[in-house]
Amino acid sequence: MDDQKKLAIIATKGTLDWAYPPFILASTAAALGYETQIFFTFYGLQMLRKDLSGLKVSPLGNPGMPMKMPFGPKWFKDINWNIPNAVQSLVPGYESLATTLMKQTIANNGVATIPELRELCQEAEVKFIACQMTVELFGFEHSDFIDGVEYGGAATFFEFAGETDICLFI
Amino acid sequence: MNFDKELDAKGLNCPLPILRTKKTLNEMTSGQVLKIIATDPGSVKDFAAFAKQTGNELLSSAEAGSEYTFFIKKK
Repeated sequence: MDDQKKLAIIATKGTLDWAYPPFILASTAAALGYETQIFFTFYGLQMLRKDLSGLKVSPLGNPGMPMKMPFGPKWFKDINWNIPNAVQSLVPGYESLATTLMKQTIANNGVATIPELRELCQEAEVKFIACQMTVELFGFEHSDFIDGVEYGGAATFFEFAGETDICLFI
Repeated sequence: MNFDKELDAKGLNCPLPILRTKKTLNEMTSGQVLKIIATDPGSVKDFAAFAKQTGNELLSSAEAGSEYTFFIKKK
């Protein structure tokens, strides 16, 4: 019997913040010796695109997200900008601004970027499976995605997931 | 402590110190010692967990100010 531990992750979210947990856990598991697969479905497919600039973060309707500035003196950085949802939804480019600030905060904290983490996963031989049904549903082409992605369905997922020690839905 | 290779993981945050360590260990031979310097406070528990799970021996884990130094012997 193969005693290598196994981890399966289903990645369903398509935002910058939610792209972190699958890639962080998968790359770390691989470093710990786990055989690892991520099954990307629905909005999670965004994480497989060649161009990751579509990954954004939205503070709208997310009361758990602190809105702090990544620059300036400490007193300024410490302010939590409490901007009402109604204002957020009306200001054009609000999400882009929030995303820019988030990326700056990420860089300031020595946290890896998503392209970097994805590449580390691939180097560590984490297997990426894209859900073919949702690829078609959303009108994607295989050429929209990075090389090395395999395409399959629920049965493909269970073939590996059924043998795993840890299985996560993110 | 003697070591064969040094990894500067200062300023990096989870999971990068562990991933860089794994990558560096891959380039080393069994019995060699890697010294890692990190600034991520979470790395103290993470390096102990990494060693336990991978079988690479954590020879020492020390804290000096805001820097953490680890010595890991490759399995």
